[in-house]
Amino acid sequence: MTTATTQPTTERPQRRLPQEVNILMVLVGISLVFEILGWITQGQSFLGNPQRLSIMILQVSVIGIIAIGVTQVIILGGIDLSSGSIVGATAMISMSLAQVGTFDRAIYPGLTDLPVIVPLIAGLMVGLIAGTVNGVLIAYTKIPPFIATLGMMVAARGFAKWYTKGQPVSFPTDSFAALGKGMTPVFIFLLVAAIFHVALKYTRYGKYTYAIGANPQAARVSGINVERHIVKIYAVAGLLAALAGIVVTARGLTAQAGMGVMYELDAIAMAVIGGVSLAGGRGTILGTMIGMVIFGVIISGFTFLRLDAYYQEMIKGVIIVAAVVADVHRQKKRVKKS
Amino acid sequence: MVSASTAAAVDRVKQRIDAEGILAIRGIRKEFPGVLALDDVQLKVRPGTVHALMGENGAGKSTLMKIIAGIYQPDAGEITLRGKPVTLKSPLDALEQGISMIHQELALMNWMTVAENIWIRREPKNVFGLIDHGKMARQTQELFDRLNIRLDPLAMVSELTVAQKQMVEIAKAVSHNSDVLIMDEPTSAITENEVAHLFTIIRDLRARGVGIVYITHKMSELFEIADEFTVFRDGKYVGTHSALDVTRDDIIRMMVGRDITDMFPKIDCPIGEVVLEARNLTIPGVFHDVSFQLRKGEILGLAGLVGSKRSNVAEALFGVHPASSGEVLIDGTPVQITSPKVAMEHGMAFLTEDRKETGCFLILDCLENIQTALITRDHVRFGFIDQKAVTKLAEDMAAKLRVKTPNLAEKVENLSGGNQQKLLIARWLLTKPRILILDEPTRGIDVGAKSEIHRLITGLASEGVAVLMISSELPEVLGMSDRIMVMHEGHVAGFLNRDEADQVKIMDLAAR
Ligand SMILES: Nc1ncnc2c1ncn2[C@@H]1O[C@H](COP(=O)(O)OP(=O)(O)OP(=O)(O)O)[C@@H](O)[C@H]1O
Ligand SMILES: [Mg+2]
Repeated sequence: MTTATTQPTTERPQRRLPQEVNILMVLVGISLVFEILGWITQGQSFLGNPQRLSIMILQVSVIGIIAIGVTQVIILGGIDLSSGSIVGATAMISMSLAQVGTFDRAIYPGLTDLPVIVPLIAGLMVGLIAGTVNGVLIAYTKIPPFIATLGMMVAARGFAKWYTKGQPVSFPTDSFAALGKGMTPVFIFLLVAAIFHVALKYTRYGKYTYAIGANPQAARVSGINVERHIVKIYAVAGLLAALAGIVVTARGLTAQAGMGVMYELDAIAMAVIGGVSLAGGRGTILGTMIGMVIFGVIISGFTFLRLDAYYQEMIKGVIIVAAVVADVHRQKKRVKKS
Repeated sequence: MVSASTAAAVDRVKQRIDAEGILAIRGIRKEFPGVLALDDVQLKVRPGTVHALMGENGAGKSTLMKIIAGIYQPDAGEITLRGKPVTLKSPLDALEQGISMIHQELALMNWMTVAENIWIRREPKNVFGLIDHGKMARQTQELFDRLNIRLDPLAMVSELTVAQKQMVEIAKAVSHNSDVLIMDEPTSAITENEVAHLFTIIRDLRARGVGIVYITHKMSELFEIADEFTVFRDGKYVGTHSALDVTRDDIIRMMVGRDITDMFPKIDCPIGEVVLEARNLTIPGVFHDVSFQLRKGEILGLAGLVGSKRSNVAEALFGVHPASSGEVLIDGTPVQITSPKVAMEHGMAFLTEDRKETGCFLILDCLENIQTALITRDHVRFGFIDQKAVTKLAEDMAAKLRVKTPNLAEKVENLSGGNQQKLLIARWLLTKPRILILDEPTRGIDVGAKSEIHRLITGLASEGVAVLMISSELPEVLGMSDRIMVMHEGHVAGFLNRDEADQVKIMDLAAR
């Protein structure tokens, strides 16, 4: 017999290193660059400052929560531009239901000092509904995700502005404010990341997501209800954007209609830096988490080097494009090999 | 008038080409991570001949062809073209040097017209330097006239059937007027009529002095069209012979290293009650009034020419594109099959015709590809997959079908075409269907594995599975079916029983 067949019962050997290792190397590289530049220009260590690191993690974890949802949308072969606006809309709604009774200009004077569960649920519902609308539009009317979520982005932002005619909403109860206090956002992020890491890796939910992203037609023929799953994923993305919105507003103790502007792009950038392919079918939560930290290190590194905020924005743009270039390059290599 | 010295030079080149072949390959080696795909192989193609390249699935045929077409770079070895050593840096480079290729997996752009696909990068321009669409359509029509292809140059590729796409690929490759033309399984998706048509085209090209490399798993074609053939086994060169000197069995022995006694090991088994019945299924403009019964333990062959809409009927049964009128009954009860998911709930499985479009998840690994259908129903608790059990099942099935891959974590895009097909068969067999619909089940599968898969199908039938098998290979239809349904342009042309059926009767019904 000459044919080499698969050996039953042997475990699956991993010949190639997982892609996350490469991204981790990038993270290490960038951190070291800042460390060295730090010693040269500032005369101090970048990494050896736990306070700086914890602030950095705190800064990125809110958008990180969004990125977990966005990662799944991108793996599915879609895109979500509405998450930043959902943050804004959620912030307004939840804060308006979380105000203290001692504040005499509350939005709903009869609805103050409510238990924290009320603004929480109300906020999450906003995201769930917006996400579901996105999903239904994309799955059943077959309009491109870019357009559907662009529409939601504009509409949700409009809603946030209309809600109080542009007035900020403030004075939350202590229990609501606790959702954003201290390191709570980081813990919420970690919990969300853990849940969806497991879901993508070990459950049918995850397998369907990758399958649809890789080949929606084959997924359908294999018995997957593709439309329903698309709705599910966009709904989850909306839900996570809402959760992020609640955390931001709780932390800021105030809600404004402009909250979360551009968050969607930062979240997409984190995913793409973390190796999630815009072509669909590829990417992991772990990758996005590393992408998120890279993102944070760069921002906090620039601040540390006292780089002007304007430069920071420009360089952020460059980094996002570079990450996509890397993705395209990876795919080319895949086609060409050798 | 050419001078004597020029004539002598031309003569020398001619002699060298005669001795060396128009294309000669020596000592080629190509390694992929974990696989030595080609190990010191050689091939010599002479002008004006058809050179068949034979070997099992994963033997390295496509890999060598991709090297010749400039897609892969070899790790070692040399290529000479028209007597001169060359390096082929890219597909474009190879094309410009006179080598064109028809790929095993179709590679047309779906959202462009036939004409745009054929002339891409060579579009005729008007005086303003813009693309002259009228001229492009005319050029296409001329090409089609020359090749006797009947297709609208302005049709969208996405609207074509697999077979029509294949004809477009062929026309595109011919349009380059290359000296060397590579055809990697060009007939795996087309029926006898188109095959005959293709062979006319090939003979014409051969007469013009083109050197043709032809890969196929259909033995009969080898003797019909090939002048010489070369066999590879497991990435190694086995030998080159003239097609006149050998028998079918010799070649099979060279390919698989053993004899294959029975290509169609049909098991006779009792045929039970009707499991699936179709009554007047219709999609206006596609197929009309399709009615048939499929019984427990029966293999119903479905034959017909390209355009007979056999695949559309299968898709309708499985709910991919449900019929707009008519009835489907399972076990005598009318059912509404609105999606593949519903079909699977009724115990159906459907191996589709086009493995790239509707079959494989190319960027995912083998295991994910095998388990997709299974995990929509079994081995899942609270959404969590019992991965250990599923992996075991997948591994056993892959071993049974002799899928050639270093391991199941390999990405499917890295597998050879035939092995991808085996994975898809594994996917459906794992769901333990009661009704199995197979559309070209052995497409691109080598002789050895083919007889293996036939054994499996007839084994399933003897266990009571009802099988509907579409196949464009008449020997397969004849060898495997209990009954044969023949379709003609969207209508059922007739049924033939196993004992009365032969090629002529089928073709009579199919062509009317
Ligand atoms: N890009 C790749 N990466 C890794 N392995 C590959 C790649 N391409 C091919 N291989 C492996 O090389 C071997 C030869 O593959 P090839 O496609 O040449 O086979 P083939 O003879 O054309 O088979 P078939 O008859 O099934 O088409 C196979 O084992 C395949 O898995
Ligand atoms: Mg091949």
